[in-house]
Amino acid sequence: MKEKTALIRSALIWAVLAAAIGVPILLAATSPYLQWRDAIYIAASFAGIIALSLLLVQPLLIAGYLPGLSVYRTRRVHIWVGGVLVVAIIVHVAGLWITSPPDMLDALLFRSPTLFSPFGVVAMWAIFAVAALALFRRRLGLRAWRITHLTLASVIVGGSVVHGMLIEGTMETISKAALCALVIAATVKVVVDLWSRKKRAATELP
Amino acid sequence: MMTLILNRRNLLAAGGSFVAMGASGLLLPASAQGVAPTESMPGGANNYQKGAPIVERIGKGGFVMSGTVRRAGDGAPLAGQRIQMWAHTVEGREDNPRSHGATLTDKNGAFRLEMPQIIPVFGQPHGHLAYDSGDFKTVFLRPVMKSAKDTSLEAHFVLQPA
Repeated sequence: MKEKTALIRSALIWAVLAAAIGVPILLAATSPYLQWRDAIYIAASFAGIIALSLLLVQPLLIAGYLPGLSVYRTRRVHIWVGGVLVVAIIVHVAGLWITSPPDMLDALLFRSPTLFSPFGVVAMWAIFAVAALALFRRRLGLRAWRITHLTLASVIVGGSVVHGMLIEGTMETISKAALCALVIAATVKVVVDLWSRKKRAATELP
Repeated sequence: MMTLILNRRNLLAAGGSFVAMGASGLLLPASAQGVAPTESMPGGANNYQKGAPIVERIGKGGFVMSGTVRRAGDGAPLAGQRIQMWAHTVEGREDNPRSHGATLTDKNGAFRLEMPQIIPVFGQPHGHLAYDSGDFKTVFLRPVMKSAKDTSLEAHFVLQPA
């Protein structure tokens, strides 16, 4: 009986994750705007949507909330997904650059007329910073790495959510808002859990 | 003593209002002449192509871009001014030469040109307009539609001498 409820719970978690990511992508794939965009612009748009989706996967992986995966496995997958995230952002920016160089340049130089641009660019640099720091995480030490990674992760999540929500593009509004809400909820939960575990560990020390 | 203070207050108030009247009297005609020039908008010149032809309409039309052109200072309408416009539409990208076209203002300084339906690009449904004929200072505008479903957009120019 206990095993059965665990199985149902596990299936439910994976189903919710699949829906939270799959539904926005499917709805974006049916956007009428796609017919007036070329392949490179579409690829750039979807790289952005995929990057936003991965921001939901990352906290769930590292905190071990996804059932059926060992701690070792989730850490490995978290690192790999981080790499995919960097590639997705490069495709997003490069594709938009090819589509309209002056608009992308304005965004990168923080002189864009659109409010969402600086939020996206700050999140991009924070993603690149985490990836660069991850290569030296052993030299940094666990504590320093955790603090910088969590701080940058909060910047990435905050920046990306504002960036995504302010954009009028191929994503459908409600599914986009739901995905963004889950991304924030997952990130806050990981930070709070880590904090309380650290506090508990501190009080349990003799 | 009391009456003196009151009188002084009244005097000061009267004096103040007289100064205010005088000041507003001086300012009013100045503001009628002070129609401020339109500044170029950030990103307004993006994908600009010099010398787009004057056309009856851009592509198959269906979307109305309109506005006015006036002179800075007295706000007088400027006739015969060439206004160029472009956007990402259902018929092509911003950098496609066929997405660009120009028109002239009428005797009331108004312009109106049909272009294909504008669709959101780079996260916002927007158009681009330019005054670049050289008699006045060049101005690039980038108006944003309230809704992507809008079928018209307005932009207004107040030009200052080059």
